[in-house]
Amino acid sequence: MKNLKGNSLIKSNAIWIVFILEVIIFAIASGGTFVTGSNIVNIARQVSYYGIASIGMTFVILIAGIDLSIGSIITLVNVVCAFLMVNAGMNMWVAVLAALIMATLIGVINGAMVASIGIPALIATFATQTIFEGVAYLISGGRPIAGFDQNFGLFGRWSIGPIPICAIIMILCFVLGSFILNKTYFGRYFYAIGGNEEAAELSGIRVNRVKYLIYALSGLFAGLAGIVLLSRSGSAQSTVGKGLEFDVITCVVLGGVSVNGGVGRMSGVIAGVLIIGSLTNGMILMDVSEYTQMVVKGIVLAIAVGIDCLSKKRQAV
Amino acid sequence: MSEDFVLELEHIRKEYPGVVALKDVTLQLRRGEILGLIGENGAGKSTLIKCCSGAVVPTSGKIKINGKEFDRMTPQLAAENGIAIIYQEFNNVGELSAAENLFLGRPIRKGMVIDRKAMEEEAAKAFDQLQIKIDPKELVKNLSVGYQQMIEIAKAIQQNAQVLIMDEPSAPLTTNEVENMFKVVELLREKGVSIIYISHRLEEIFHLSDRIEVIRDGEYVDTLITPKATVDELIKLMVGREMTQQYPPRKPCIDKSKVVLELRNVYGNGDEDMSLKIHVGEVLGLGGLVGAGRTELAEVIFGAKAKTSGQILLNGKEINPKSPREAIDLGIALVPEDRKRHGALLTNSIKNNINMPIYERISKASVIDAATEKANAEKYRKDIQIKCPSINQLVRNLSGGNQQKVILGKWLAANSQLIIFDEPTRGIDVGAKYEIYKLINDLVESGHSILMISSEMEELIGMSDRIIVLAEHQMTGELQKEEFNADTIMTLASAIVDNAENAGVKEAS
Repeated sequence: MKNLKGNSLIKSNAIWIVFILEVIIFAIASGGTFVTGSNIVNIARQVSYYGIASIGMTFVILIAGIDLSIGSIITLVNVVCAFLMVNAGMNMWVAVLAALIMATLIGVINGAMVASIGIPALIATFATQTIFEGVAYLISGGRPIAGFDQNFGLFGRWSIGPIPICAIIMILCFVLGSFILNKTYFGRYFYAIGGNEEAAELSGIRVNRVKYLIYALSGLFAGLAGIVLLSRSGSAQSTVGKGLEFDVITCVVLGGVSVNGGVGRMSGVIAGVLIIGSLTNGMILMDVSEYTQMVVKGIVLAIAVGIDCLSKKRQAV
Repeated sequence: MSEDFVLELEHIRKEYPGVVALKDVTLQLRRGEILGLIGENGAGKSTLIKCCSGAVVPTSGKIKINGKEFDRMTPQLAAENGIAIIYQEFNNVGELSAAENLFLGRPIRKGMVIDRKAMEEEAAKAFDQLQIKIDPKELVKNLSVGYQQMIEIAKAIQQNAQVLIMDEPSAPLTTNEVENMFKVVELLREKGVSIIYISHRLEEIFHLSDRIEVIRDGEYVDTLITPKATVDELIKLMVGREMTQQYPPRKPCIDKSKVVLELRNVYGNGDEDMSLKIHVGEVLGLGGLVGAGRTELAEVIFGAKAKTSGQILLNGKEINPKSPREAIDLGIALVPEDRKRHGALLTNSIKNNINMPIYERISKASVIDAATEKANAEKYRKDIQIKCPSINQLVRNLSGGNQQKVILGKWLAANSQLIIFDEPTRGIDVGAKYEIYKLINDLVESGHSILMISSEMEELIGMSDRIIVLAEHQMTGELQKEEFNADTIMTLASAIVDNAENAGVKEAS
C-alpha cells in the first residue's frame, strides 16, 4: 500500500517535472528568448483560452465523456458576439452575455443527446461540432467581422501591470473549477459517475441531470474562451476555433484525467495546459512548421492516453 | 467396463482463486440415454458443462469420450468428438435464413459461390428428420424462440453430435414449445443420441430422463433411476446438508402492529401479482431460484424499475418511487447482489461512498460541510467496524466484507428505514459473514426492517423471521418461522405447486 502511495506521488508530480524539463530545453534551444518576460506574458495570453476551455472538458472527461463541439462553440461565439456588436450595434456586455448563454445552450443540447437520448458522446458532440460550424458560416457568410468597441479589448488585450487580464480570467476559472471539483457535491458526483455510472445512480445520484450540467458547463467555459479569443484577435473568423478541441483534450488527458473516467485533478490539468502552451510557443520560436507541430502534438496525445491506458491495464492485473 | 458410456467425467475438480467451484464430480452418460442433471443454485452445473465444452479447464480430473481420455477439452476437441451444447442464449444470426444458420461457418459451396439451393435442400432434410416444420428460407428473426432452439439442435445433429448437453432448455419457451422440444429430444434418444438435460423444473426431469444425477456444492451426491425416484427424495438430495452454520442470536423485536412496507398486487419488471407485508423489526426472507424474479422485485421497490400496476405502501401511505433517489429519500435502501458493479463506488473513498446519498443534505448552496462529511464517515466506520487504515482509502482496496459494510454504512447514513439485501453474503468469507449477520440483527433490533433475498438455503432459514418464495416471477408460498424447512422451500421454488390452486387464488382476489 505504501509503495502504491509513493508511486502515485511521483506520478502526480511527474507532469510538473516534464514541464520544467521542457522549459529548460526550450530556454537553451532558443538562446534564452523563451524565458524572457515578454515571451512568458505571450505564453500566458496564448494558453488562456484553451486553459479556460479545458476546465469544462475536464468535467466531461471525468465522467468518461468527450466534447468535440467546443471548437465550433468557440467559433460561433466569436461570430455571434461580433455580429451582435458590429452588425446589430448591441452593447458589448449584452452581446457577451448573449453569446455565453448561447454557448451554454449548445452544451445543454449536447447533454440532451447524451443523457436523454443516449447517443454516444463522441457522435453527439461530433454532430453539434459540424452543425454549429455551419451555423457560424451561415451567419458570417465566411467574411471576418471586425471593428469592435475599444473596451472589448478588456478580455484579451488589456493587462493589469505586466499581467494580462485574460490570464487572470483563466486563473479565476481554474480556482472556480477546483472549487466545484473539491468543495461542492457536484464534484463528488462527477467522480462517482466517472467511476461507475450504475452504482452512482443506485447511490441516489440523478446521473442524467448531472450530465446535462456537465455538458452545459463545458459549453459555458468554451464560450468564455471564445470571448477571450475574439477580444485578442479583434476580428471574428469562421475558422478560428477549428481543431481547438484537439488541443484542449490533449491538455486535459496530459494532465492526468483518465479517458476512462473517474480519475483526475485540476492541478494536473493546469500543468497539462502549461506544457502544451509552452510546447506550441517553443516550437514557434524555433521556427518549427505548423505541420511538424501537428505531428508533435498528435504524438503527445497518443503518449498521454497510452500512459493512462497502460496504468489501467496494470491495475486490472 | 461392460457398460457402454459415451461420456465419462471422472473426479472433476475446478478451483478458482479463493473458491472451489467443483470439488469432485463424476458423471457417466450411457449411449442413447437422457440423463437429468440437477442441483441447487451454485451447485456447479454450469461449471461442469463448461468443462465439457472446453470453456473451462478443470484443475484435475479426466474426461473420457468413447473411452478416449482427455485432461481437458477445447471447443474444437469437443466438436470433433461430437459434443454439442445448447445454451439458453442461441448463436443464431437473425438476418440469415434457417438454412444458412444451419450451415453457419461451413456453408455448402459450388466453387467460390455459396450453393443456397443445396443448403436449403439439406436443411429441409435435416428438419424433416427431427420432424420439425421450418421453412429453410425463412429468416431466423421471424421464427419463434422455440424454432430458433430447434435450429440449434438441428445444427448440432447436422454436425454429428453424439452428446447433446442442454442447459435449461425450457426456460425461454412457452408450454407448447416445451412439448415440441420434448418430442424432438425423445426422437433424438431413439436415434441413439445421448443427452444431458439440465433443468430447475423437476417435472421435466421426471418426464424425460432415464436417470437423474444430483450434485451439491460442487460434489457428486447420487444418481437415481428415474422411475424409482421421488420428488421428495430428489429435493432432500439437492438440499441435503445439515444446518452447520451458527447464526447470532437475535432479541425479539418484531412489532406486528406496524407494517413498514406493503405491496398490493404489484406487477412490473417481469414480476406478477406481488403482495406482501414487512413489519417493523422483521427480516422477511425472499427465497427462490436464480431468475425467479426476486432481484426484479427489489428493483421495483427501490425505484430502479417501474411497476406497471398495483400499489406500494410505505408506513400506510402509497408511494411511487420513480428513481433510486426518490426511494432513498423515502427511507428505502438497496444493498445489491453485484457489489462491485452496482453497490460500491470502487474508485471513490470510503468517506465519499458513505456520504454519497446525503451530499445534498449536508451541503449549503452546494458546498459540502466537510466536518459533517468526515464525522459521518468516522461514525459508521466505528459503528459497523469497517476495517481500514483511513476513511480516505479507496473502497477498491477493501475486502468483500468491508465493502459490504461501506454500502451498509451509506444506507444507515441516509437514515433508511427499510433495507433490501440482495444476497447479503455472496462472495464474502465465513468470518465476515457472521459479522454481516450480526449487523442485520442490530438493524432490526434498532427498529429497521429488512427484506433479504438469499439463494443460500441455510442463510434464508437461519436469518429470516418469515419467508416468501418466488418461482417464475410469481409468489408460490409464504412460510412462518415454525414452518421453515429446506425441502418445502425447495419444492415451492421449483414451482411444483398446484397451478390450478394458484389460479383459484388469483380469481378469488
